[in-house]
Amino acid sequence: MSLSGRHLLLGLVGSSLLALFFVDLNAGGPDPWLTLSRIAEGLLTPSFHNPGELLRAAGLTLAFAFCGVAFGATIGLVLAPFYRLRRVRWPCIAMRALHEIFWALLLLNITGLSPLTGVLAIGLPYTGIFAKVFSEYLDEADARAEAALPQVASPLLRLLWVRLPASLPQIRTYSLYRLECGLRSSAVLGFIGLPTLGFHLESYFKQAYYAEAAAVFLIFLALILPLRHWVRWRLVPLFIGMSIWALAQVPFPPMGQGAVWRFLTDLVPAPARIEADWLPWLEKVLVDQALPGAIATLSLSQIAFGGATVMAALSFPIIVPRVAGHIGATLGHGILVILRSTPEYMLAFVLLQILGPSMLPAIIALALHNGAIIAHLLGRQSGDLTIRPDAPRGLNFWAWELFPRLTGNFWALCLYRWEIILRESAIMGLLGITTLGFYVQANLQQLRIDRALLLLAVTILLTALIDTASRALRRRMQAQQVLRIEGTRGSATKA
Amino acid sequence: MTTLLTLQNETLGWGETPVLTGVSLSVQQGERIALLGPSGVGKSTLLHTMFSRLADQRVALAPQEAGLVVQLSVFHNVWMGCLDDFSAPRNLRTLLWPSATERAKVEEVLSQTGLGGLGRRKVSALSGGQKQRVALSRALLRRGAVVIADEPVSSVDPAQARDLLRTVTQTFQTSVLALHDVALAQGYATRIIGLRAGKVAIDCAADALSQADIMSLYS
Repeated sequence: MSLSGRHLLLGLVGSSLLALFFVDLNAGGPDPWLTLSRIAEGLLTPSFHNPGELLRAAGLTLAFAFCGVAFGATIGLVLAPFYRLRRVRWPCIAMRALHEIFWALLLLNITGLSPLTGVLAIGLPYTGIFAKVFSEYLDEADARAEAALPQVASPLLRLLWVRLPASLPQIRTYSLYRLECGLRSSAVLGFIGLPTLGFHLESYFKQAYYAEAAAVFLIFLALILPLRHWVRWRLVPLFIGMSIWALAQVPFPPMGQGAVWRFLTDLVPAPARIEADWLPWLEKVLVDQALPGAIATLSLSQIAFGGATVMAALSFPIIVPRVAGHIGATLGHGILVILRSTPEYMLAFVLLQILGPSMLPAIIALALHNGAIIAHLLGRQSGDLTIRPDAPRGLNFWAWELFPRLTGNFWALCLYRWEIILRESAIMGLLGITTLGFYVQANLQQLRIDRALLLLAVTILLTALIDTASRALRRRMQAQQVLRIEGTRGSATKA
Repeated sequence: MTTLLTLQNETLGWGETPVLTGVSLSVQQGERIALLGPSGVGKSTLLHTMFSRLADQRVALAPQEAGLVVQLSVFHNVWMGCLDDFSAPRNLRTLLWPSATERAKVEEVLSQTGLGGLGRRKVSALSGGQKQRVALSRALLRRGAVVIADEPVSSVDPAQARDLLRTVTQTFQTSVLALHDVALAQGYATRIIGLRAGKVAIDCAADALSQADIMSLYS
């Protein structure tokens, strides 16, 4: 049986309603409008009174992103030709299954607050991602050119002469897209103590210095929005060199002797280490922490997923001139680009200050960010449709032409973001919401690394589950047209 | 007789490349025009130009690619012909819950085109000929002063094609149709415009033309 959008819609509405029973939406903020108006005031009158500090944070945000992504891309490219070997593929899957923030939390126990923590937190998961994507590019490279090579050519020669040059354009486009992601990750790493823009945003916000916080946010936008224009490939080695130099200057507290050894010992589950009973340990972690954490993570992500779908369906026409008019479409582009460039974690943090502690800020942030990404891609696809000359305009065009035509792609894109929303929902625990990230962080703070590791395993399992479900649904919907989502973003050419 | 549109020595084309040059012709109310010529000669271009010049009239259009939204039902695709007669909220309601009256109105047109009872069928499940008839049904539901249709009956059988053209003649006072079946064109049209090698080669009353005259277009 093939699955239609209607079934999916029913499933989504049903699961979101079910999830509503498990989440806490009681926003108990003092007065959201007061905070909101003060934030708006701050945005209109940003204060750059400490330019040296801001510049340094901006530079370090870039440096972490460049070094992390370069690390991931280089090792990923080296691993890509061997990706079909199981002993390469499995470590790669494991590396990318852990979110950057979780990597950072783990690494803090080994490399402390040193710059290496930030570089590896971005670089390790990105290595896994790059290896997979690059191996796909290499596999898709035109086989005809390779067949024309003399028989004697070795595999290495074939790789370097044919496959690599043929996939170079895609590799570049994808790396640039990843650099954008890396910049977002780098900024968010500031929230757990690394000296990037996120660090300053958080501290200014918590002191209610909204004008200063606005300045930090605007600088972040000034870096990420024109990224594709100022990153010139010829200058990349220079950028990386400067980044390494900048990170080498960062002072950091030394780690005590034997940190690595202690970390490795702590990884061993406590019952094995002190020869205690396994059952209480497992119950403590799995029943008291993993279970409520998993329920909260799933519920939060399900409602956010529903919200993102609604947001995407309603907002993609605002960038289509035939619906919104030319001025409207330009404005729409502006709104979507800011929403999708701002990391969801940062968005959730700001909303948390406005709305008070509950799951609502995280839900809104995830829905807005992911909805904007889907809307952007759909809006671009609607530009490729051939429309008959007497087609309607405005709302009629959206409802009768655009939406029905794009339903297949719409669901494919939404399902693709499902897994990403779940990963991010787990991370939202660091904001004090009781998703899995909350329990992971709590255990790491108590140096219970063994428990954290088990919780992370549960997180990975949950992500894999959603990923499998999403893939199965997409296949059933026969929406399996190759969706190279990252490669077509921004100004990138369609490969 | 009222002149609906006039072209004066015009160059028509898409973007920079001209498809037709030196086009001079006018369309009078009450004419039934058949547009003939080998494929790729510019019939669609001429029809497109006519459509855009008739902006002040109510025109029904049946484009060549049919312009159907295959994900929607036959009813919806036909109803699209009159979206501009209603408010956007009303159209949204029709999209989600079509009323019995609306369904009946569409069903009436569908029975004229031999698609009776297929209103709830998804367009993606239809054959090529059926799709063409859906596009024509949309034009018939729309009604108006003029119909412009690009190969509206190329995939249906000859007898059915004649019936469909008769329905078109009954519904619209003026019509411009691109056709490829010469006999069919002669049976339907009052005037024939023949295109050849980027120019208007023939433009005269249908009964003044012999089969050989028309065949010269394709040689």
